[in-house]
Amino acid sequence: MSATSRTDSVTPEHGAPAGVPHLDVDPFSTEFFEEPHPIHEALREAGPVVWLDKWGVYGVARYAEVHAVLNDPMTFCSSRGVGLSDFAKEKAWRPQSIILEADPPAHTRTRAVLNQILSATAMKPLRSHFTALAEAKADELLARGGFDAITDLAEAYPLSVFPDALGLKQEGRENLLPYASLVFNAFGPPNQLRQEAIERSAPHQAYVAEQCQRENLAPGGFGACIHARADAGDITHEEAPLLVRSLLSAGLDTTVYGIGAAVYCLARFPDQLAKLRSDPTLARNAFEEAIRFESPVQTFFRTTTREVELSGHRIGEGEKVLMFLGAANRDPRRWERADSYDITRRTTGHVGFGSGIHMCVGQLVARLEGEVMLAAIARKVGKIEITGPVKRRYNNTLRGLESLPITISPA
Amino acid sequence: MPSITFIHPDGRQQRIDASHGESAMQAATRQDVSGILAECGGSAMCATCHVYVDDDWLARLPAMGDDEDALLDGAAAERQANSRLSCQIKLGADLDGLVLRLPDRQT
Ligand code: FES
Repeated sequence: MSATSRTDSVTPEHGAPAGVPHLDVDPFSTEFFEEPHPIHEALREAGPVVWLDKWGVYGVARYAEVHAVLNDPMTFCSSRGVGLSDFAKEKAWRPQSIILEADPPAHTRTRAVLNQILSATAMKPLRSHFTALAEAKADELLARGGFDAITDLAEAYPLSVFPDALGLKQEGRENLLPYASLVFNAFGPPNQLRQEAIERSAPHQAYVAEQCQRENLAPGGFGACIHARADAGDITHEEAPLLVRSLLSAGLDTTVYGIGAAVYCLARFPDQLAKLRSDPTLARNAFEEAIRFESPVQTFFRTTTREVELSGHRIGEGEKVLMFLGAANRDPRRWERADSYDITRRTTGHVGFGSGIHMCVGQLVARLEGEVMLAAIARKVGKIEITGPVKRRYNNTLRGLESLPITISPA
Repeated sequence: MPSITFIHPDGRQQRIDASHGESAMQAATRQDVSGILAECGGSAMCATCHVYVDDDWLARLPAMGDDEDALLDGAAAERQANSRLSCQIKLGADLDGLVLRLPDRQT
């Protein structure tokens, strides 16, 4: 492990603050993407608040501090960007999100609209359709036997339900995954991943801007519901397309990574698959535990709006603070046997979907997709075996796989 | 510090202390009261923090919002006249001694 912690020397360039342990690890590097856990441990053990030399930012990796930062949105704001770039100093690469990159009171109104459109009440009528397609997917894959669990399952299933639920046209859907991957890469620092994603983004951005318009969204879908809320006066007609954009940015790729994480867990831990098979009602928790265990969304930044003391460290105004959600989700201070995947674990409180006012607004859609897919696997699949090299996909914010070749056999 | 008593479906009583200003859901999840799932963390989206409020207390709670009302219709366990979402019950000194019954399931 190359992670080192030093408290003696100071990096003059980025002004490492006195007394704060600083580390030279890069959470946006190939090394980190391949194996973040030892680095997470080093970050947690260095102290409650650390300084990252490479990017000149504070970091928090323990559960208590990540939770505290997430739940104090007025001190640790989102309106200056939830990536490394500080919107008070740099122009955002796209028009700012009016929900993710907003603080109360502006955030409160837009959030309330999406809360209702994506609530448990709204999920009820979707459940039987989502379930039927999950079962059909499981049957189709069982008939094939061997396939790639990322492209043929983790991507294919959400693509078969989410764009329709949103009300998107058929044409151009191939832009959806590249657009989302761009959004999540763009939260990172100006490294090669981010630069390349932005350079290639023009067609994906044009597609998304077009689909956010009212006339392109089928009646009854999430998108049309958002526009209807503009008629009701809850948001403006200029805001509606931007909220649709939020669903297009955050609603698909994250679920792909979540389902990929769950299948990867079940493939690696046959005892947990056996447990799930003996009680398919554990499917929802098995998905939730995969989100805790793998944390598909690894990091987000906040920016301090004032000088603040956090766990004994003074942080000045206008500082970026990087929250390591994945590290918090495996902090042994909070979780027993943090490094084991246990589908019967009480997962309440994990920060895989965030926490507080910005907690993932699409979480119930993600959970519905995850639950019904895992329940279909639980009822139909007897065995999962990894049959080839597992390849990781690199993204500045998301953690998941590029390829997971498996075979499955019927129960 | 207000205290709340949760009554589990099997009749077991669990008394916990809450901080002022915290919601009944937050107090319950912080102290690991099983039966409060609170998937959405208090955003009033999930209805997995459903509770039945003991009759003596029901009238003393703040009025129910439209979101809460709509969501309770979708709760996993049967909605009753005394159903509330515990994330929408903010605790103050006036609610010291609150008694909440837990439904048999939340999903
Ligand atoms: S915690 Fe989700 S509705 Fe109360």
